[in-house]
Amino acid sequence: MTSLPPVPGAVRTEVARDGETIVFVQRERLLEAMTWLKETPGQEFDYLVDVTAVEFRDRERPLEVVYFLRSLKRRADIRIKVELNAADELAVDSVFHLWQGADWLEREVFDMFGITFRGHPDLRRILMWETYAEGYPLRKSFPLRGRFSRAEQVRQALNTNPEANYSLEELSIAEAAGDLPDDMRDRLRRGERGVIPDPPNP
Amino acid sequence: MSKRTVELELATPGVDAEGRATRVPLTEAAEPGLAEEHMLVNIGPQHPATHGVLRLVVELDGETVVRCIPHLGYLHSGFEKLGEYRHYNQIIPLTDRTDYLSPMANNVGFALAAEKLMGIEITPRCTVLRVIACEMSRIISHMVWLGTTSIDLGAFTPFLWAFQERERIYDLQEMWTGARLTTSLTRVGGLMADIPDNFVDKLRDFIRTFPKTLGEIDRVLTRNAVWAGRTQGVGALTAAEAINHSLSGPMLRASGVAYDVRKDKPYLGYETYDFDVVVGEHGDVFDRYLVRLEECHQSNRILQQALDRLPEGPINVDDPRVILPSKTRAMSDMEAMIFHFKQVMEGVKAPVGEAYVGIENPKGELGTYLVSDGTAKPVRWRIRPPSFINLSALPRMAQGHLLSDLIAINASVDIVMGEVDR
Repeated sequence: MTSLPPVPGAVRTEVARDGETIVFVQRERLLEAMTWLKETPGQEFDYLVDVTAVEFRDRERPLEVVYFLRSLKRRADIRIKVELNAADELAVDSVFHLWQGADWLEREVFDMFGITFRGHPDLRRILMWETYAEGYPLRKSFPLRGRFSRAEQVRQALNTNPEANYSLEELSIAEAAGDLPDDMRDRLRRGERGVIPDPPNP
Repeated sequence: MSKRTVELELATPGVDAEGRATRVPLTEAAEPGLAEEHMLVNIGPQHPATHGVLRLVVELDGETVVRCIPHLGYLHSGFEKLGEYRHYNQIIPLTDRTDYLSPMANNVGFALAAEKLMGIEITPRCTVLRVIACEMSRIISHMVWLGTTSIDLGAFTPFLWAFQERERIYDLQEMWTGARLTTSLTRVGGLMADIPDNFVDKLRDFIRTFPKTLGEIDRVLTRNAVWAGRTQGVGALTAAEAINHSLSGPMLRASGVAYDVRKDKPYLGYETYDFDVVVGEHGDVFDRYLVRLEECHQSNRILQQALDRLPEGPINVDDPRVILPSKTRAMSDMEAMIFHFKQVMEGVKAPVGEAYVGIENPKGELGTYLVSDGTAKPVRWRIRPPSFINLSALPRMAQGHLLSDLIAINASVDIVMGEVDR
């Protein structure tokens, strides 16, 4: 192993098969490392290419959150990884305040892997609907065909209350404008937004 | 002379001294109380102006957009999950279905990443043919974009012209791969098929006549007062904002950032082609239109050069572990049969490691990130979806514009929901 790069919190480095440098960073110091990478002269990684996560088939291996950074000025790339043990809390700090492009990317990782990004202003599901109850699709423990049967999925889709199709932000706008129907407001007050009622007995 | 003056006056309503469109401010003074009356409007998921199954919940103050909240996922198919259960070559048909307006470029993007992971060098003829595939895709995608956007903004004629050109490329694509949309052109280490006999002549014919259509579209739209009025100064992003929002492709370049993966991180030998990176100035819908229009000219130039240099030779690498032997050989030669069997049943194994390859797709940078644990199926196949990331700037761009401008801004992002939702 070569000497560690001067990134704060760097644990070790690797070289990917495409020749890119991967720097593993301590989870606690991720935000510090990212700020350093973005703002230090000579680094200037001003462009966030992608954020994603990897879970290995070997369940013992920790999950990885992967950040692809690019310096448009220097035309250079770097890859930053944070390792998360599945047994611990799956959470890292959000980089939203450094790159706004992280907004939807982090939401997608949260949606697909269940990794929480602390400090993200609007962390909710993005590809699956907000009341989706089957878990996190890209985790290895998630079966390919989903957890619920097709019949159960259809039943849930047909029986959901209309408020499940709107985000809480939208519902609060409608509430402020006085446009929220009474039954929806009552259910929301009772905390029943994600609850799917059973079909009435014949 | 006087006639000329009248024409100019008629042609520039709503344009200020510098030629930028002027906006009439909301008449708050004339109608007090209007500002308090905010309204939620739901657009989509099934509306032609949302270009697919995108749903926008818009908070309006009168006609001005206060907030725009996109909802995605109506076309979510879990491609990335599916890919973890398939061999590398079996994933290629899935890539057709992500950005279905440029399937051949997606195939190339995936194959390049898989080859990088396995350390395979493709043949010279394959490299040039893949460049041709990518640039044909760019023309298709930009023509569809131009046609649908002009329809959104009320211009019907360019739509017909653009779709006619697209159809000619689709014919070529069909000649080559047998399919218009689901091309599945590439294989790891090569291509599914070589180009057919009269393909080069037909493509040369297209290259010769295509600029004429582009010129006609340019004449109809670029100096058109309605077009300029509805696009100039609408949804503008500065270079810093575009970078901060991780935009890529024509969206990034329209804001004045000259980053093109083909020039700055070349793949397929793009550094040896002579073409210009098209850069805009204002980052508004009009500049995005100009950038895409000029990129079609540049694609045409690249296609011309690629055809001129197209070398003879094999299209597949000479490695029986990667490339399927021909059916005749598999039925007559013992070794070929074993390799055929092993490839079909076990797939091509990739060494442990990871690889990311970004290519300049029509929509932006299409990244393919593959992680392997040494088996024939990837542990993780991640698509960096350019239109998903470009779309994430929509709420920011739409703020403060009129509802009708939101349609223009959304069109200018050039989304394709198959890729946004994957």
